[in-house]
Amino acid sequence: MAKLVPVPSGSMVPDRDINKKPVLECVDLGISFGGLRAVEDFNIIIGPTEISGLIGPNGAGKTTVFNLLTKVYQPTQGTILLNGKDTHGMNTMQVNRAGIARTFQNIRLFDNLSVEDNVKVAMDAHMKYHMWSGIFRLPGYWREEKAAHERALDLLSLFSMEKLANIQAGALPYGAQRRLEIVRALATNPSLLLLDEPAAGMNPSETAELMENIRKVRDTLQIAVLLIEHDMSLVMNICEGICVLNFGKIIAKGTPEDIQSNPAVIEAYLGRKEGGEGA
Amino acid sequence: MKNRGFSPFRFLTYLLVIGAYAALQVLQARSELSATMRGMLVPICAYVVMAVSLNLTVGVLGELSLGHAGFMSVGAFLGTSTAIALQDRIPVAGVRLAVALVVAAIFAAVAGFLIGIPVLRLNGDYLAIVTLAFGEIIKAIFNNLYLGVDAKGVHVSLLEDATNTAETGRLIIQGPMGIGGIQKISTFTAGFVLIMISLIVIFNLVNSRAGRAIMAIRDNPIAAQSVGVNVVKYKMMAFVVSAALAGSAGALFAMNYSTVVANKFDFNTSILILVFVVLGGLGNMFGSIVAAAVLTILPEALRPIAEYRMLLYAVLLILMMLIANHPFVRGLFNRFKRTGQIQLEAGADETEGEVA
Repeated sequence: MAKLVPVPSGSMVPDRDINKKPVLECVDLGISFGGLRAVEDFNIIIGPTEISGLIGPNGAGKTTVFNLLTKVYQPTQGTILLNGKDTHGMNTMQVNRAGIARTFQNIRLFDNLSVEDNVKVAMDAHMKYHMWSGIFRLPGYWREEKAAHERALDLLSLFSMEKLANIQAGALPYGAQRRLEIVRALATNPSLLLLDEPAAGMNPSETAELMENIRKVRDTLQIAVLLIEHDMSLVMNICEGICVLNFGKIIAKGTPEDIQSNPAVIEAYLGRKEGGEGA
Repeated sequence: MKNRGFSPFRFLTYLLVIGAYAALQVLQARSELSATMRGMLVPICAYVVMAVSLNLTVGVLGELSLGHAGFMSVGAFLGTSTAIALQDRIPVAGVRLAVALVVAAIFAAVAGFLIGIPVLRLNGDYLAIVTLAFGEIIKAIFNNLYLGVDAKGVHVSLLEDATNTAETGRLIIQGPMGIGGIQKISTFTAGFVLIMISLIVIFNLVNSRAGRAIMAIRDNPIAAQSVGVNVVKYKMMAFVVSAALAGSAGALFAMNYSTVVANKFDFNTSILILVFVVLGGLGNMFGSIVAAAVLTILPEALRPIAEYRMLLYAVLLILMMLIANHPFVRGLFNRFKRTGQIQLEAGADETEGEVA
């Protein structure tokens, strides 16, 4: 991909192997709602198996970026290349099938389904048996359902949730619901996993466990992860590249060390030292 | 496959239907059934199928449909027409009935598909209102439809009889007069078989990838899309299967009488079926069956008190809703439903403490 090299590079990790095809490449991505430009000139490149962070003050447009990537909103400008393929014109379902899976800031589980079924729903796009095979219980049904059952338990075991497989998802405790959402996203077999505040509402020990799990998922499934998070210890700990967003624009990009010492970032989070705009 | 929490309930539903059928057959054989009761056996079966099929749309898919009687109407008219047209070709009544029910299901499925295209783009109240409108449109069409069959084939015309059906043929659907001179070939056994088939179709559909996807769409459409579920396809699947079953129920219903008119399948019928579903519980097939049977018998059973009949019916309906929603009764039901889940709850204990 010749596109990778041009300067200024969108890449957040300077010493990344540029010969590897990026999983995600956003070029001048943006959206305006009426006159309001919620996100503009958003350029990032995420390599395979990279864990990246998207941070910024409230209302900076982080979730909007996720919604653009998953086509909940259609971008009004720019392009999104997923594994080198333009996602223009795709809808949410097609983007997911092309390789992006996500979780939601406000948990969106299938509350009345069991934990296992929540995971199996996400495998639907990969299952082939026909409606009639299901109704008449033909061999295809048994074969695929058995495989789905085993795969669901495998994925749940990544987060030590296999024992909860038959519990109704809505009845799970909060932390387990967040974990289930990640497992469900993984069941779609993505190449890029988007996590929207995965540690929100978790206590420090749960957060530590979550960090381990995110790393484990990346290592075992060899996928890229992009996460939105307000918990800076988590972000600085596991992200290899960080992108800081403020008022819909990227104000800084780089490694955790770069970001921590970046004056623009400090200003965005703490405000200007003297007087300032007080925004 | 592992035993799921609701499978004992499913088993019980089959058992209820088989048990009721067997009991009524015994009673009938010993001629202990009253004439009214005997006359109601087939309509009860038809309404049970209507209720479980509507429950697929309302309870499982989670979309309120107020036009279910429309699909019943399509099945009733086209199924019965098929049976009449095939009267000489298929002399065995049972086979003719089976063919008619299948044809009715196919036509209703096609109607469901066509109506589904605009309707399923909508949500909630809007969807409900549009299904209501389509129900009325179907009624209006059959009120003005003339269909004749003769040696040359099938002739159709609207508004007035311009079918030019030959003398040797037969004008089957006669506009507002509907269909007359129907051979009553529907039997209680056929109704029982249709209920069983409907239950198998619905339960097996619900417990397959399609059912999971349909329920996922009901619970959270945005999340369903985000995990690659084809929302349009599965909504349509639920809607069409529901319509097809309603169509065959309509044909079964119509061939229990000597005449059928379009006005029978109006808004009130749609609401009546919705009442069965709501009273029985959304997504609860067992409840739908009981509610459909009880509420079909009730008005007849109340006939001795003549003019106070509908008043008492309404009061009983309200009472039943109140009782069914009483915490104590709900608790009983839930405990009963959960018997199959006990072993899993042991696994839940360790996380129970985490709840904030």
